[in-house]
Amino acid sequence: MTAPATATPGAGPVVRISGLHKSFGDREVLKGIDLEVAQGEVVCIIGASGSGKSTLLRCVNLLEQPTAGTVEVLGVEVTHPDVDIDRVRARVGMVFQQFNLFPHRTVLDNCTLAQRTVLRRRRAEAEAVARKNLAHVGLADRAGSLPSQLSGGQQQRVAIARALSMDPALLLFDEPTSALDPELVGEVLTVMRQLADEGMTMLVVTHEMAFAREVADRVIFLDAGVILEEGPPDRVIGNPREERTRAFLRRVLDPTHVEAVTDADPGAAGAVAGGEAVPGSRPLD
Amino acid sequence: MAATTSADRPAALAGRSRMSPRRRAELSRRAQYAVLLVLVVLAAVTVDWARLGESFFNIDTVRALAPRLPGAALNTVVYTAASFALGLALGLVLALMKLSPVRVWRVLATGYIEFFRGIPALLVVLAFGYAVPAAFQVRFDSVVLQIALALGMVSGAYIAETLRAGMEAVPKGQIEAARSLGMSSTRTLVHVTIPQAFRIVLPPLTNEAVLLVKDTSLVFALGLAVSDFELTKLGRDALSRAGGGLTPIVLIGLVYLLITIPLSSVTRWLERTTGYKGHV
Repeated sequence: MTAPATATPGAGPVVRISGLHKSFGDREVLKGIDLEVAQGEVVCIIGASGSGKSTLLRCVNLLEQPTAGTVEVLGVEVTHPDVDIDRVRARVGMVFQQFNLFPHRTVLDNCTLAQRTVLRRRRAEAEAVARKNLAHVGLADRAGSLPSQLSGGQQQRVAIARALSMDPALLLFDEPTSALDPELVGEVLTVMRQLADEGMTMLVVTHEMAFAREVADRVIFLDAGVILEEGPPDRVIGNPREERTRAFLRRVLDPTHVEAVTDADPGAAGAVAGGEAVPGSRPLD
Repeated sequence: MAATTSADRPAALAGRSRMSPRRRAELSRRAQYAVLLVLVVLAAVTVDWARLGESFFNIDTVRALAPRLPGAALNTVVYTAASFALGLALGLVLALMKLSPVRVWRVLATGYIEFFRGIPALLVVLAFGYAVPAAFQVRFDSVVLQIALALGMVSGAYIAETLRAGMEAVPKGQIEAARSLGMSSTRTLVHVTIPQAFRIVLPPLTNEAVLLVKDTSLVFALGLAVSDFELTKLGRDALSRAGGGLTPIVLIGLVYLLITIPLSSVTRWLERTTGYKGHV
Protein backbone atom coordinates (compact mmCIF):
# COMPACT_ATOMS: atom_id res chain seq x y z
CA MET A 1 0.00 0.00 0.00
CA THR A 2 2.85 2.39 0.68
CA ALA A 3 4.73 2.20 -2.61
CA PRO A 4 2.86 2.24 -5.90
CA ALA A 5 2.85 -1.28 -7.23
CA THR A 6 2.81 -2.16 -10.89
CA ALA A 7 -0.46 -3.13 -12.45
CA THR A 8 -1.28 -6.78 -11.98
CA PRO A 9 -4.70 -7.41 -13.45
CA GLY A 10 -6.15 -10.73 -12.57
CA ALA A 11 -4.78 -10.72 -9.06
CA GLY A 12 -7.02 -9.12 -6.48
CA PRO A 13 -9.85 -6.64 -7.06
CA VAL A 14 -9.80 -4.25 -10.03
CA VAL A 15 -10.91 -1.38 -7.81
CA ARG A 16 -10.45 -1.08 -4.07
CA ILE A 17 -11.73 2.08 -2.42
CA SER A 18 -11.33 2.60 1.29
CA GLY A 19 -12.34 5.44 3.56
CA LEU A 20 -13.00 7.75 0.61
CA HIS A 21 -14.05 11.29 1.47
CA LYS A 22 -14.59 14.12 -0.98
CA SER A 23 -15.55 17.68 -0.19
CA PHE A 24 -16.23 20.60 -2.49
CA GLY A 25 -15.46 23.56 -0.26
CA ASP A 26 -17.56 23.13 2.87
CA ARG A 27 -19.89 20.62 1.25
CA GLU A 28 -18.93 17.03 1.94
CA VAL A 29 -20.20 14.92 -0.95
CA LEU A 30 -18.66 11.55 -0.06
CA LYS A 31 -18.51 10.62 3.59
CA GLY A 32 -16.42 7.52 3.86
CA ILE A 33 -16.91 5.05 1.01
CA ASP A 34 -15.52 1.50 1.04
CA LEU A 35 -15.98 -0.44 -2.15
CA GLU A 36 -14.32 -3.27 -4.05
CA VAL A 37 -14.96 -4.32 -7.61
CA ALA A 38 -13.74 -7.75 -8.66
CA GLN A 39 -12.47 -8.79 -12.06
CA GLY A 40 -15.36 -9.21 -14.49
CA GLU A 41 -17.90 -7.78 -12.08
CA VAL A 42 -20.60 -5.32 -13.13
CA VAL A 43 -21.47 -2.92 -10.32
CA CYS A 44 -24.29 -0.40 -10.74
CA ILE A 45 -24.40 2.66 -8.53
CA ILE A 46 -27.86 4.10 -8.01
CA GLY A 47 -29.15 6.95 -5.89
CA ALA A 48 -30.86 10.33 -6.02
CA SER A 49 -29.21 13.24 -7.81
CA GLY A 50 -26.75 14.90 -5.47
CA SER A 51 -26.08 11.67 -3.58
CA GLY A 52 -22.46 11.60 -4.84
CA LYS A 53 -22.69 8.84 -7.48
CA SER A 54 -20.82 10.67 -10.21
CA THR A 55 -18.25 12.04 -7.78
CA LEU A 56 -17.53 8.51 -6.56
CA LEU A 57 -17.02 7.33 -10.13
CA ARG A 58 -14.80 10.30 -10.97
CA CYS A 59 -12.63 9.59 -7.95
CA VAL A 60 -11.72 6.21 -9.46
CA ASN A 61 -9.76 7.72 -12.35
CA LEU A 62 -8.95 10.86 -10.38
CA LEU A 63 -10.98 13.29 -12.45
CA GLU A 64 -11.82 14.36 -8.90
CA GLN A 65 -9.07 14.38 -6.31
CA PRO A 66 -10.28 12.67 -3.14
CA THR A 67 -10.06 14.69 0.07
CA ALA A 68 -9.18 11.63 2.14
CA GLY A 69 -8.95 7.87 1.77
CA THR A 70 -7.29 5.65 -0.80
CA VAL A 71 -8.27 4.42 -4.24
CA GLU A 72 -6.51 1.43 -5.77
CA VAL A 73 -7.03 0.60 -9.42
CA LEU A 74 -5.48 -2.55 -10.95
CA GLY A 75 -3.28 -2.85 -7.89
CA VAL A 76 -1.98 0.72 -8.19
CA GLU A 77 -2.78 3.14 -5.43
CA VAL A 78 -3.78 6.06 -7.68
CA THR A 79 -4.15 8.44 -4.75
CA HIS A 80 -0.42 8.08 -4.06
CA PRO A 81 1.41 11.25 -5.23
CA ASP A 82 4.17 9.25 -6.96
CA VAL A 83 1.77 7.47 -9.32
CA ASP A 84 1.65 8.48 -12.98
CA ILE A 85 -2.12 8.69 -13.27
CA ASP A 86 -2.00 8.87 -17.08
CA ARG A 87 -0.68 5.30 -17.24
CA VAL A 88 -3.59 4.06 -15.12
CA ARG A 89 -6.16 6.13 -17.02
CA ALA A 90 -4.95 4.58 -20.28
CA ARG A 91 -6.27 1.27 -18.95
CA VAL A 92 -9.52 2.65 -17.47
CA GLY A 93 -12.11 3.70 -20.02
CA MET A 94 -14.73 6.29 -19.19
CA VAL A 95 -18.05 7.00 -20.89
CA PHE A 96 -19.69 10.33 -20.09
CA GLN A 97 -23.27 11.47 -19.90
CA GLN A 98 -22.61 14.10 -22.60
CA PHE A 99 -20.56 11.69 -24.82
CA ASN A 100 -17.69 14.24 -25.06
CA LEU A 101 -16.60 13.08 -28.48
CA PHE A 102 -14.00 15.34 -30.10
CA PRO A 103 -16.16 17.34 -32.52
CA HIS A 104 -13.24 18.33 -34.76
CA ARG A 105 -12.25 14.72 -35.43
CA THR A 106 -13.97 11.98 -37.39
CA VAL A 107 -15.39 8.93 -35.63
CA LEU A 108 -12.30 6.93 -36.63
CA ASP A 109 -9.93 9.66 -35.40
CA ASN A 110 -11.81 9.82 -32.12
CA CYS A 111 -11.00 6.14 -31.64
CA THR A 112 -7.35 6.34 -32.76
CA LEU A 113 -6.14 9.61 -31.20
CA ALA A 114 -5.30 8.23 -27.75
CA GLN A 115 -4.11 4.91 -29.16
CA ARG A 116 -1.54 6.73 -31.25
CA THR A 117 -0.48 9.44 -28.78
CA VAL A 118 -0.63 7.43 -25.55
CA LEU A 119 -0.06 3.81 -26.57
CA ARG A 120 2.17 4.84 -29.51
CA ARG A 121 0.45 2.44 -31.85
CA ARG A 122 1.12 2.83 -35.56
CA ARG A 123 -1.66 4.28 -37.66
CA ALA A 124 -2.52 0.98 -39.36
CA GLU A 125 -2.72 -0.90 -36.08
CA ALA A 126 -4.70 1.85 -34.35
CA GLU A 127 -7.18 2.01 -37.21
CA ALA A 128 -7.60 -1.75 -37.25
CA VAL A 129 -8.35 -1.73 -33.52
CA ALA A 130 -10.73 1.23 -33.92
CA ARG A 131 -12.60 -0.40 -36.80
CA LYS A 132 -12.94 -3.64 -34.85
CA ASN A 133 -14.47 -1.77 -31.91
CA LEU A 134 -16.69 0.36 -34.12
CA ALA A 135 -18.00 -2.86 -35.65
CA HIS A 136 -18.51 -4.16 -32.13
CA VAL A 137 -20.86 -1.27 -31.31
CA GLY A 138 -22.54 -1.59 -34.72
CA LEU A 139 -21.07 1.52 -36.33
CA ALA A 140 -18.50 0.10 -38.76
CA ASP A 141 -20.00 2.14 -41.57
CA ARG A 142 -19.74 5.49 -39.77
CA ALA A 143 -15.96 5.63 -39.36
CA GLY A 144 -15.64 8.64 -41.65
CA SER A 145 -18.48 10.66 -40.13
CA LEU A 146 -18.11 13.61 -37.82
CA PRO A 147 -19.76 13.30 -34.39
CA SER A 148 -22.24 16.06 -35.25
CA GLN A 149 -23.59 13.90 -38.08
CA LEU A 150 -24.61 11.13 -35.67
CA SER A 151 -27.59 10.69 -33.39
CA GLY A 152 -27.07 10.82 -29.63
CA GLY A 153 -27.25 7.05 -29.34
CA GLN A 154 -24.70 6.60 -32.11
CA GLN A 155 -22.40 9.18 -30.51
CA GLN A 156 -22.54 7.35 -27.21
CA ARG A 157 -21.73 4.07 -28.93
CA VAL A 158 -18.72 5.75 -30.58
CA ALA A 159 -17.67 6.95 -27.12
CA ILE A 160 -17.82 3.34 -25.94
CA ALA A 161 -15.78 2.21 -28.97
CA ARG A 162 -13.26 4.96 -28.23
CA ALA A 163 -12.89 3.70 -24.66
CA LEU A 164 -12.66 0.07 -25.83
CA SER A 165 -9.92 0.92 -28.33
CA MET A 166 -7.51 1.43 -25.42
CA ASP A 167 -8.04 -2.22 -24.39
CA PRO A 168 -9.26 -1.17 -20.95
CA ALA A 169 -9.29 -3.44 -17.92
CA LEU A 170 -12.15 -1.43 -16.44
CA LEU A 171 -14.92 0.73 -17.87
CA LEU A 172 -16.56 3.59 -15.98
CA PHE A 173 -20.00 4.74 -17.13
CA ASP A 174 -21.32 8.05 -15.83
CA GLU A 175 -25.08 8.06 -16.54
CA PRO A 176 -24.47 7.01 -20.15
CA THR A 177 -28.12 7.18 -21.20
CA SER A 178 -29.33 10.22 -19.26
CA ALA A 179 -28.76 12.67 -22.11
CA LEU A 180 -30.45 10.48 -24.73
CA ASP A 181 -33.92 10.67 -26.21
CA PRO A 182 -35.94 7.76 -24.81
CA GLU A 183 -36.02 5.85 -28.09
CA LEU A 184 -32.19 5.90 -28.31
CA VAL A 185 -31.54 4.49 -24.82
CA GLY A 186 -32.01 0.90 -25.89
CA GLU A 187 -29.19 0.72 -28.45
CA VAL A 188 -26.65 1.97 -25.88
CA LEU A 189 -27.87 -0.40 -23.18
CA THR A 190 -27.66 -3.27 -25.67
CA VAL A 191 -23.98 -2.55 -26.26
CA MET A 192 -23.36 -2.31 -22.51
CA ARG A 193 -25.18 -5.58 -21.88
CA GLN A 194 -23.05 -7.22 -24.54
CA LEU A 195 -19.86 -5.94 -22.89
CA ALA A 196 -21.01 -7.27 -19.53
CA ASP A 197 -21.67 -10.67 -21.12
CA GLU A 198 -18.13 -10.66 -22.51
CA GLY A 199 -16.76 -10.31 -19.00
CA MET A 200 -15.81 -6.62 -18.99
CA THR A 201 -15.39 -5.14 -15.52
CA MET A 202 -17.83 -2.25 -15.32
CA LEU A 203 -18.73 0.42 -12.79
CA VAL A 204 -21.96 2.04 -13.92
CA VAL A 205 -23.77 5.06 -12.52
CA THR A 206 -27.30 4.79 -13.86
CA HIS A 207 -30.97 5.59 -13.49
CA GLU A 208 -31.96 2.62 -15.63
CA MET A 209 -33.31 0.30 -12.95
CA ALA A 210 -34.33 -2.40 -15.40
CA PHE A 211 -30.80 -2.49 -16.79
CA ALA A 212 -29.25 -2.58 -13.31
CA ARG A 213 -31.56 -5.36 -12.29
CA GLU A 214 -30.82 -7.43 -15.34
CA VAL A 215 -27.10 -6.85 -15.90
CA ALA A 216 -25.54 -5.88 -12.57
CA ASP A 217 -23.83 -8.43 -10.36
CA ARG A 218 -24.15 -6.01 -7.49
CA VAL A 219 -26.10 -2.80 -6.90
CA ILE A 220 -24.92 0.01 -4.62
CA PHE A 221 -27.45 2.49 -3.28
CA LEU A 222 -25.73 5.73 -2.46
CA ASP A 223 -27.51 8.18 -0.19
CA ALA A 224 -26.10 11.50 1.03
CA GLY A 225 -22.51 10.42 0.50
CA VAL A 226 -22.61 6.97 2.09
CA ILE A 227 -23.38 3.49 0.80
CA LEU A 228 -26.71 2.87 2.45
CA GLU A 229 -27.41 -0.50 0.94
CA GLU A 230 -25.64 -2.93 -1.37
CA GLY A 231 -26.16 -6.42 -2.65
CA PRO A 232 -27.50 -8.43 -5.58
CA PRO A 233 -29.91 -6.43 -7.75
CA ASP A 234 -32.91 -8.60 -6.95
CA ARG A 235 -32.41 -7.85 -3.28
CA VAL A 236 -31.55 -4.11 -3.44
CA ILE A 237 -33.99 -3.17 -6.21
CA GLY A 238 -36.51 -5.98 -5.77
CA ASN A 239 -36.69 -6.05 -2.01
CA PRO A 240 -34.84 -3.11 -0.41
CA ARG A 241 -34.31 -3.15 3.35
CA GLU A 242 -33.93 0.57 3.85
CA GLU A 243 -36.90 2.91 3.79
CA ARG A 244 -34.84 5.54 1.91
CA THR A 245 -34.02 3.01 -0.80
CA ARG A 246 -37.69 2.15 -1.10
CA ALA A 247 -38.64 5.83 -1.33
CA PHE A 248 -36.00 6.40 -4.01
CA LEU A 249 -37.14 3.41 -6.05
CA ARG A 250 -40.78 4.50 -5.82
CA ARG A 251 -39.82 7.89 -7.24
CA VAL A 252 -37.69 6.45 -10.03
CA LEU A 253 -39.99 3.64 -11.08
CA ASP A 254 -43.12 5.79 -10.97
CA PRO A 255 -42.30 9.43 -11.73
CA THR A 256 -45.89 10.54 -11.23
CA HIS A 257 -45.72 9.35 -7.66
CA VAL A 258 -45.08 12.57 -5.69
CA GLU A 259 -46.58 11.84 -2.29
CA ALA A 260 -43.49 10.01 -1.02
CA VAL A 261 -41.19 12.90 -1.84
CA THR A 262 -42.27 15.28 0.88
CA ASP A 263 -41.01 13.10 3.72
CA ALA A 264 -37.77 12.23 1.88
CA ASP A 265 -34.82 14.60 1.72
CA PRO A 266 -35.55 18.18 0.69
CA GLY A 267 -33.04 18.11 -2.20
CA ALA A 268 -34.93 15.40 -3.99
CA ALA A 269 -38.22 17.13 -3.28
CA GLY A 270 -36.89 20.25 -4.98
CA ALA A 271 -35.69 18.29 -7.97
CA VAL A 272 -39.03 16.59 -8.44
CA ALA A 273 -40.98 19.78 -7.87
CA GLY A 274 -38.84 21.50 -10.52
CA GLY A 275 -39.46 18.73 -12.98
CA GLU A 276 -43.16 18.69 -12.29
CA ALA A 277 -43.61 22.44 -12.53
CA VAL A 278 -46.42 23.24 -14.90
CA PRO A 279 -46.21 26.67 -16.48
CA GLY A 280 -49.28 28.58 -15.37
CA SER A 281 -51.58 29.83 -18.06
CA ARG A 282 -50.77 33.47 -18.56
CA PRO A 283 -53.60 35.96 -19.13
CA LEU A 284 -53.52 37.69 -22.46
CA ASP A 285 -52.45 41.32 -22.16
CA MET B 1 -57.72 55.07 -14.94
CA ALA B 2 -58.01 51.37 -14.28
CA ALA B 3 -61.62 51.50 -15.31
CA THR B 4 -60.84 53.12 -18.65
CA THR B 5 -58.13 50.57 -19.44
CA SER B 6 -60.36 47.63 -18.87
CA ALA B 7 -63.08 49.27 -20.88
CA ASP B 8 -60.64 49.83 -23.77
CA ARG B 9 -59.31 46.33 -23.75
CA PRO B 10 -61.94 44.46 -25.78
CA ALA B 11 -61.70 47.02 -28.57
CA ALA B 12 -57.91 46.82 -28.58
CA LEU B 13 -58.01 43.06 -28.71
CA ALA B 14 -60.34 43.17 -31.67
CA GLY B 15 -57.76 45.42 -33.32
CA ARG B 16 -60.24 47.98 -34.64
CA SER B 17 -59.80 51.21 -32.68
CA ARG B 18 -55.96 51.23 -32.87
CA MET B 19 -53.50 50.01 -35.47
CA SER B 20 -52.08 46.57 -34.69
CA PRO B 21 -48.30 46.28 -34.20
CA ARG B 22 -47.99 44.30 -37.40
CA ARG B 23 -49.74 46.99 -39.46
CA ARG B 24 -47.66 49.70 -37.79
CA ALA B 25 -44.41 47.85 -38.64
CA GLU B 26 -45.54 47.48 -42.24
CA LEU B 27 -46.33 51.19 -42.51
CA SER B 28 -43.00 52.13 -40.92
CA ARG B 29 -41.13 49.96 -43.41
CA ARG B 30 -42.83 51.65 -46.37
CA ALA B 31 -42.11 55.09 -44.93
CA GLN B 32 -38.41 54.28 -44.63
CA TYR B 33 -38.19 53.16 -48.26
CA ALA B 34 -39.94 56.37 -49.32
CA VAL B 35 -37.47 58.57 -47.41
CA LEU B 36 -34.53 56.71 -48.92
CA LEU B 37 -35.90 57.15 -52.43
CA VAL B 38 -36.38 60.90 -51.92
CA LEU B 39 -32.77 61.26 -50.69
CA VAL B 40 -31.36 59.38 -53.69
CA VAL B 41 -33.34 61.50 -56.14
CA LEU B 42 -32.27 64.70 -54.39
CA ALA B 43 -28.60 63.66 -54.55
CA ALA B 44 -28.84 62.77 -58.21
CA VAL B 45 -30.35 66.14 -59.06
CA THR B 46 -28.19 68.43 -56.94
CA VAL B 47 -24.71 66.92 -57.18
CA ASP B 48 -22.34 68.27 -59.82
CA TRP B 49 -21.29 64.92 -61.28
CA ALA B 50 -18.61 66.30 -63.57
CA ARG B 51 -16.79 67.97 -60.72
CA LEU B 52 -17.19 65.00 -58.47
CA GLY B 53 -15.70 62.75 -61.12
CA GLU B 54 -12.83 65.17 -61.60
CA SER B 55 -11.83 65.19 -57.93
CA PHE B 56 -12.53 61.52 -57.12
CA PHE B 57 -11.88 59.66 -60.36
CA ASN B 58 -9.36 61.75 -62.25
CA ILE B 59 -8.49 59.46 -65.10
CA ASP B 60 -4.93 60.81 -65.55
CA THR B 61 -4.12 60.21 -61.91
CA VAL B 62 -5.55 56.72 -62.14
CA ARG B 63 -3.37 56.03 -65.17
CA ALA B 64 -0.27 57.35 -63.48
CA LEU B 65 -0.86 55.43 -60.27
CA ALA B 66 -2.19 52.13 -61.62
CA PRO B 67 1.14 50.50 -62.58
CA ARG B 68 2.45 51.00 -59.04
CA LEU B 69 -0.60 49.59 -57.30
CA PRO B 70 0.15 45.84 -57.60
CA GLY B 71 3.62 46.22 -56.05
CA ALA B 72 2.28 48.30 -53.18
CA ALA B 73 -0.60 45.93 -52.63
CA LEU B 74 1.81 43.01 -52.53
CA ASN B 75 3.92 44.82 -49.94
CA THR B 76 0.83 45.43 -47.83
CA VAL B 77 -0.06 41.74 -48.01
CA VAL B 78 3.49 40.62 -47.20
CA TYR B 79 3.78 42.99 -44.22
CA THR B 80 0.38 41.79 -42.97
CA ALA B 81 1.16 38.09 -43.37
CA ALA B 82 4.53 38.37 -41.65
CA SER B 83 3.12 40.43 -38.77
CA PHE B 84 0.15 38.10 -38.35
CA ALA B 85 2.31 34.98 -38.34
CA LEU B 86 4.50 36.45 -35.64
CA GLY B 87 1.54 37.82 -33.70
CA LEU B 88 -0.18 34.45 -33.80
CA ALA B 89 2.87 32.58 -32.50
CA LEU B 90 3.45 35.17 -29.79
CA GLY B 91 -0.26 35.30 -28.95
CA LEU B 92 -0.38 31.54 -28.49
CA VAL B 93 2.60 31.60 -26.14
CA LEU B 94 1.09 34.49 -24.17
CA ALA B 95 -2.31 32.78 -23.99
CA LEU B 96 -0.72 29.61 -22.63
CA MET B 97 1.22 31.72 -20.12
CA LYS B 98 -2.03 33.35 -19.00
CA LEU B 99 -3.60 29.93 -18.45
CA SER B 100 -0.52 28.54 -16.71
CA PRO B 101 -0.81 27.30 -13.13
CA VAL B 102 2.52 29.06 -12.49
CA ARG B 103 1.73 32.53 -11.21
CA VAL B 104 4.90 34.17 -12.57
CA TRP B 105 3.94 33.31 -16.16
CA ARG B 106 0.47 34.72 -15.66
CA VAL B 107 1.80 37.97 -14.22
CA LEU B 108 4.38 38.39 -17.00
CA ALA B 109 1.81 37.72 -19.72
CA THR B 110 -0.69 40.11 -18.16
CA GLY B 111 1.96 42.80 -17.93
CA TYR B 112 2.97 42.32 -21.55
CA ILE B 113 -0.61 42.36 -22.81
CA GLU B 114 -1.56 45.46 -20.82
CA PHE B 115 1.55 47.30 -22.01
CA PHE B 116 1.30 46.55 -25.71
CA ARG B 117 -2.45 46.99 -25.86
CA GLY B 118 -2.16 50.27 -24.04
CA ILE B 119 0.37 52.11 -26.21
CA PRO B 120 -0.18 53.23 -29.82
CA ALA B 121 1.20 50.78 -32.37
CA LEU B 122 2.97 53.73 -33.98
CA LEU B 123 5.21 54.05 -30.92
CA VAL B 124 6.29 50.42 -31.27
CA VAL B 125 7.00 50.90 -34.96
CA LEU B 126 9.05 54.01 -34.16
CA ALA B 127 10.91 52.05 -31.51
CA PHE B 128 11.87 49.42 -34.05
CA GLY B 129 12.78 52.09 -36.55
CA TYR B 130 15.12 54.09 -34.32
CA ALA B 131 15.42 53.06 -30.67
CA VAL B 132 15.93 49.29 -31.01
CA PRO B 133 18.72 49.52 -33.63
CA ALA B 134 20.51 52.13 -31.51
CA ALA B 135 20.04 50.36 -28.20
CA PHE B 136 20.97 46.86 -29.33
CA GLN B 137 23.44 47.74 -32.07
CA VAL B 138 21.46 45.83 -34.69
CA ARG B 139 20.67 46.81 -38.23
CA PHE B 140 17.55 45.53 -39.86
CA ASP B 141 18.27 44.63 -43.46
CA SER B 142 14.66 44.01 -44.33
CA VAL B 143 11.70 46.23 -43.74
CA VAL B 144 9.54 43.11 -43.61
CA LEU B 145 11.30 41.79 -40.52
CA GLN B 146 11.23 45.20 -38.88
CA ILE B 147 7.51 45.79 -39.39
CA ALA B 148 6.68 42.18 -38.59
CA LEU B 149 8.48 42.41 -35.26
CA ALA B 150 6.84 45.70 -34.37
CA LEU B 151 3.29 44.85 -35.41
CA GLY B 152 3.67 41.21 -34.34
CA MET B 153 4.47 42.32 -30.81
CA VAL B 154 1.41 44.56 -30.73
CA SER B 155 -1.05 42.18 -32.39
CA GLY B 156 0.31 39.31 -30.25
CA ALA B 157 -1.10 41.09 -27.22
CA TYR B 158 -4.58 41.26 -28.76
CA ILE B 159 -4.45 37.75 -30.21
CA ALA B 160 -3.36 36.34 -26.84
CA GLU B 161 -6.57 37.51 -25.20
CA THR B 162 -8.65 36.19 -28.08
CA LEU B 163 -7.00 32.78 -27.92
CA ARG B 164 -7.25 32.60 -24.15
CA ALA B 165 -10.99 33.25 -24.36
CA GLY B 166 -11.22 30.56 -27.06
CA MET B 167 -9.41 27.98 -24.98
CA GLU B 168 -11.56 28.74 -21.98
CA ALA B 169 -14.64 28.27 -24.17
CA VAL B 170 -13.72 24.67 -25.02
CA PRO B 171 -16.10 22.57 -22.88
CA LYS B 172 -14.56 21.03 -19.77
CA GLY B 173 -15.91 17.63 -20.84
CA GLN B 174 -13.57 17.67 -23.84
CA ILE B 175 -10.54 17.94 -21.60
CA GLU B 176 -11.92 15.32 -19.22
CA ALA B 177 -12.50 12.91 -22.10
CA ALA B 178 -8.93 13.34 -23.33
CA ARG B 179 -7.44 13.04 -19.85
CA SER B 180 -9.57 9.96 -19.07
CA LEU B 181 -8.01 8.29 -22.14
CA GLY B 182 -4.60 8.75 -20.54
CA MET B 183 -3.55 11.77 -22.59
CA SER B 184 -1.23 14.13 -20.72
CA SER B 185 -2.17 17.76 -20.23
CA THR B 186 0.23 18.78 -23.01
CA ARG B 187 -1.17 16.24 -25.49
CA THR B 188 -4.68 17.30 -24.55
CA LEU B 189 -3.74 20.90 -25.24
CA VAL B 190 -2.19 20.12 -28.62
CA HIS B 191 -4.75 17.65 -29.93
CA VAL B 192 -8.00 18.71 -28.30
CA THR B 193 -8.02 22.19 -26.74
CA ILE B 194 -6.04 24.28 -29.21
CA PRO B 195 -7.66 22.96 -32.43
CA GLN B 196 -11.11 23.59 -31.01
CA ALA B 197 -10.12 26.97 -29.60
CA PHE B 198 -8.92 28.07 -33.05
CA ARG B 199 -12.22 27.06 -34.55
CA ILE B 200 -14.05 29.10 -31.93
CA VAL B 201 -11.89 32.21 -32.38
CA LEU B 202 -11.76 32.15 -36.18
CA PRO B 203 -14.15 35.13 -36.53
CA PRO B 204 -12.38 37.38 -33.97
CA LEU B 205 -9.04 36.27 -35.42
CA THR B 206 -10.17 37.45 -38.86
CA ASN B 207 -10.93 40.76 -37.20
CA GLU B 208 -7.34 40.93 -36.00
CA ALA B 209 -6.05 40.17 -39.48
CA VAL B 210 -8.21 42.89 -41.04
CA LEU B 211 -7.05 45.42 -38.45
CA LEU B 212 -3.48 44.38 -39.19
CA VAL B 213 -3.90 44.98 -42.93
CA LYS B 214 -4.60 48.60 -42.14
CA ASP B 215 -1.98 48.89 -39.42
CA THR B 216 0.73 48.07 -41.94
CA SER B 217 0.33 51.69 -43.09
CA LEU B 218 2.35 52.60 -39.99
CA VAL B 219 5.40 51.29 -41.79
CA PHE B 220 5.86 54.83 -43.17
CA ALA B 221 7.46 55.73 -39.85
CA LEU B 222 10.44 53.53 -40.70
CA GLY B 223 11.39 55.71 -43.65
CA LEU B 224 11.02 53.62 -46.77
CA ALA B 225 12.71 53.06 -50.08
CA VAL B 226 10.25 53.42 -52.97
CA SER B 227 10.27 49.66 -53.54
CA ASP B 228 9.07 49.13 -49.95
CA PHE B 229 6.04 51.41 -50.32
CA GLU B 230 2.79 49.86 -49.27
CA LEU B 231 -0.62 51.19 -50.25
CA THR B 232 -1.07 54.07 -47.84
CA LYS B 233 2.45 55.38 -48.35
CA LEU B 234 1.92 55.21 -52.10
CA GLY B 235 -1.35 57.10 -51.74
CA ARG B 236 0.20 59.84 -49.59
CA ASP B 237 3.00 60.16 -52.08
CA ALA B 238 0.61 60.59 -54.98
CA LEU B 239 -1.58 62.94 -52.98
CA SER B 240 1.29 65.35 -52.34
CA ARG B 241 1.67 65.89 -56.07
CA ALA B 242 -0.61 68.43 -57.68
CA GLY B 243 -3.84 67.51 -59.47
CA GLY B 244 -6.23 64.64 -59.25
CA GLY B 245 -7.84 65.76 -55.99
CA LEU B 246 -8.83 62.80 -53.85
CA THR B 247 -8.37 60.22 -56.59
CA PRO B 248 -5.33 58.48 -55.04
CA ILE B 249 -7.20 57.98 -51.76
CA VAL B 250 -10.26 56.55 -53.49
CA LEU B 251 -8.09 54.24 -55.53
CA ILE B 252 -6.04 53.06 -52.55
CA GLY B 253 -9.22 52.55 -50.54
CA LEU B 254 -10.61 50.28 -53.25
CA VAL B 255 -7.44 48.18 -53.25
CA TYR B 256 -7.63 47.83 -49.46
CA LEU B 257 -11.16 46.50 -49.87
CA LEU B 258 -9.89 44.07 -52.50
CA ILE B 259 -7.59 42.68 -49.80
CA THR B 260 -9.86 42.74 -46.75
CA ILE B 261 -13.10 41.47 -48.25
CA PRO B 262 -11.54 38.19 -49.53
CA LEU B 263 -10.14 37.73 -46.00
CA SER B 264 -13.69 37.28 -44.78
CA SER B 265 -14.34 34.71 -47.49
CA VAL B 266 -11.22 32.84 -46.41
CA THR B 267 -12.65 32.71 -42.91
CA ARG B 268 -15.95 31.35 -44.14
CA TRP B 269 -14.08 28.76 -46.19
CA LEU B 270 -11.99 27.76 -43.16
CA GLU B 271 -15.11 27.48 -41.03
CA ARG B 272 -16.57 25.14 -43.63
CA THR B 273 -13.48 22.98 -44.09
CA THR B 274 -12.77 22.64 -40.37
CA GLY B 275 -15.94 20.69 -40.74
CA TYR B 276 -18.18 20.73 -37.73
CA LYS B 277 -20.67 23.31 -36.60
CA GLY B 278 -20.29 24.30 -32.96
CA HIS B 279 -20.30 21.65 -30.31
CA VAL B 280 -22.27 18.51 -29.97
